[in-house]
Amino acid sequence: MTLALFIEQLFNGVQFGLMLFLMAVGVTLVFGIMRVINLAHGSLFMVGGYLLVESYRVIGSYWLALPVAIVGVIIVGAVMEVLVLRPLYGRGHLDQVLATFGLTMFFNEAVVVIWGRVPLNLNIPAGLDGHFEIFPGVNYPVYRLAITAAGLICGGLLYFIIVHTRLGALIRAGSDKREIVEALGVNIGLLYTAVFALGAAFAGLAGMLTGPLLSVESGMGDPILILTLVVIVIGGSGSIRGALAGSLILGIFDTFSRVMLPRIVGLTAGSALVGMADYVLMATVLIYSRTGLFSAHRG
Amino acid sequence: MSDVVLQTEAISKSFGALKACDEISLDVKRGEVHALIGPNGAGKTTLIGQITGEIAPDRGRINFEGRDITALATAERARLGLARSFQITSIFPSFTAEGNVALAVQATGRHSFRFWARADRLERLRAPARQLLRELGLGARSHAVAAGMAHGEHRQLEIAMALATEPSMLLLDEPMAGLGNEESQAMVALLARLKGRYSILLIEHDMDVVFTLADRISVLVQGRVIASGTAEEIRNDPLVRVAYLGEDDEFGDEHAQG
Amino acid sequence: MGRLSRRTALHLAFLAIALAVPLLHDTYYTRFATQIAMYGMAAVSVDLLLGYAGLVTFGQAAFFGVGAYAAGMLTVAGFHEALVVWPLAMLAAVAFALVIGALSMRTEGFHFIMVTLAFAQMVYYIGESLRSYGGDNGFSLPRRNTLAGMSLADHTVFYYVVLALLVLVLYLASRLVGSEFGMVIRGRRDNERRLAAIGFPPFRYKYAAFVIGAAIAGLAGALMANHARFVSPAILSWQVSGQLLSMVILGSAGTLIGPVFGAAVYLVFQQVLSDYTDHWMIFFGPLLIARVLFVKEGVWGLLVQALKAQERPAAPVPAPDQGAAQ
Repeated sequence: MTLALFIEQLFNGVQFGLMLFLMAVGVTLVFGIMRVINLAHGSLFMVGGYLLVESYRVIGSYWLALPVAIVGVIIVGAVMEVLVLRPLYGRGHLDQVLATFGLTMFFNEAVVVIWGRVPLNLNIPAGLDGHFEIFPGVNYPVYRLAITAAGLICGGLLYFIIVHTRLGALIRAGSDKREIVEALGVNIGLLYTAVFALGAAFAGLAGMLTGPLLSVESGMGDPILILTLVVIVIGGSGSIRGALAGSLILGIFDTFSRVMLPRIVGLTAGSALVGMADYVLMATVLIYSRTGLFSAHRG
Repeated sequence: MSDVVLQTEAISKSFGALKACDEISLDVKRGEVHALIGPNGAGKTTLIGQITGEIAPDRGRINFEGRDITALATAERARLGLARSFQITSIFPSFTAEGNVALAVQATGRHSFRFWARADRLERLRAPARQLLRELGLGARSHAVAAGMAHGEHRQLEIAMALATEPSMLLLDEPMAGLGNEESQAMVALLARLKGRYSILLIEHDMDVVFTLADRISVLVQGRVIASGTAEEIRNDPLVRVAYLGEDDEFGDEHAQG
Repeated sequence: MGRLSRRTALHLAFLAIALAVPLLHDTYYTRFATQIAMYGMAAVSVDLLLGYAGLVTFGQAAFFGVGAYAAGMLTVAGFHEALVVWPLAMLAAVAFALVIGALSMRTEGFHFIMVTLAFAQMVYYIGESLRSYGGDNGFSLPRRNTLAGMSLADHTVFYYVVLALLVLVLYLASRLVGSEFGMVIRGRRDNERRLAAIGFPPFRYKYAAFVIGAAIAGLAGALMANHARFVSPAILSWQVSGQLLSMVILGSAGTLIGPVFGAAVYLVFQQVLSDYTDHWMIFFGPLLIARVLFVKEGVWGLLVQALKAQERPAAPVPAPDQGAAQ
């Protein structure tokens, strides 16, 4: 492997990892605070992509369409939380899993009803479609750099919120002692909706940013959701730090294994191993620690 | 058979900055009732957790029947003869009372990888279970579903399950918790019957019960055993009085009446 | 006793209906009933874990699919005898379960669900990557297996074989959940902490239940491969795992036979709705949500309740050790 290839894949890995992080934040916050498993998180990723396509079609400007789409995802997320997730708080894992699975089924079909089965194209906005030489011999797509930057900004924003705002303090408190938070006079329902909306915004954003790299289609969020769960198993649930660590580890590992494995073991065996690689990593972490590398709490 | 059934050697456990258990060394002699008292937050729960194997101590050792059990899992300790009852009722709610105890009886077998015969018809499991329930006064409630039973009955069921595993030692965690007057008296009578037949480590808040039943009392405060001895010694110990001042009027009265 | 024999009567009534399906002389219904039976069997395997051991697994499709793939691959390789292929398919599922189970059982609750889902996805990707077996498109079986030399090509014959196996699985499973082993895993579902405190090491019993469930799912998968004479990675998808869980809850968890009803309800709904619209899933999702949020019981549970309403009103729900295995 040449240094140029290594650098390129490293950047790809970090970019992928940051997108996974945006997803993982939502899932781990919702689980850590509301104790709910939300399998429909992948649907928010997908809805983000579709909403961006649609608002771009209507508005015509990518930079205006983006915030509109984000608001749209937040609304969808809030409605999802109030209608379906709220009744699930305190319910068993099975109920949560099935209800959110039902949501996924619904959304996967709803986008087909609205936009049809043909995958949609999301174009890289003008201005970001060039290449940049990040390293001698490595002409790296500007767009990927841009979304990496976006991921980092979101991470910074999240850090700021968690550490320096009241909402963040409530989030940190709420994850351990719901009763105390309630006793402080905080409207816990509103807090939960806010947390969910935040997670939804990040997930939708991830879908919007990744859209041009994949294609926007029904079910696009499902494999991402599963990888997000792998991230949480690796990094530990209930911890943002764990989500970040897990995302970057998986993102980089996944990227490199896709490139390296076929080279090492040949194309046929390589493609099978590539499918397994992420999960073998997860299995290895599980053997080392039942609850992930940075878990905030057990189970 | 040795004199000491259970022994903890300088057991310590910290949770972050909080030192829940600080070098606790105590023992339970064969056939005695050793009561452990102390205010809430003193570390009793953490200590129990380490003795039963649910929590791993940071330092120290635990010996049971002469064996070092520090590394053993909870189930293995139970199979060696260390039974417990829980402070907050912990039973099998969907099973009947008889089913609960029968499952405990079943646990004494080498393994339960038997897939064919109906367990609810096995007399070798059900007969001892019924017998135990009768002895504890729950005979009429054999077929009641545990979830629907009264709190007092639950506490009795806890004891029954502990006894069903044919232990040599009982770790009773606040068996009187939440019991009304009549139920308390029945429980004390029950515990008195058990005294001598089993070695008992009794965690209790009810001082009457403690002074009635205990051969020895140890006082746990802020993770440390500050006193250990007979009821009389404990009553007169200045350290103990300081620790309990204001905590337990009953205790103060006891002392005033000499 | 009156209650028991009524329920048995119900069982027999439905068995009679099941046996009578081919009399409709339309292979469509026979094939449909076969599908219900096979999915029902896979759903029973999920119920064993979910309703009895209390293990919410979102990865049963892995064993279902491994059974199908193994049966398909063996058939393509020239093994045609079901008495060889089907046990081997089950063994393949068991092999996967031994590995996946050993790793998954280290986790609890939420983590367990995630891990089973993730490992199942891994198996899906492996299936997809099998170029010589069609990769994403799957592969066909030249013909169905033969059972002790008897051809299974006839849909009615195959249906009765599947039905017989389903009844056998149900019977064996009911003995299992009523046995000492069954008591332990039911105790685990109620209170694992207590189970350990009385002296049962929980891991080995959970693990055994997991592996047994996988074996049953593997058999169902082998039958699927034979039914359609086609195997593709779709059978390994997490949607299938979700479907199986849905079937269990639609039918009533913890009843063994409920999931078979759940499979029937699910597949019938799917069929009826898709006759009206291509987009039946848009109704199915909310239907599932509604069942979870608003309805306390599955179909079988409701049936049993309706039955009891006709008898003495005070009949309580039987506990595990009150012969509730039926």
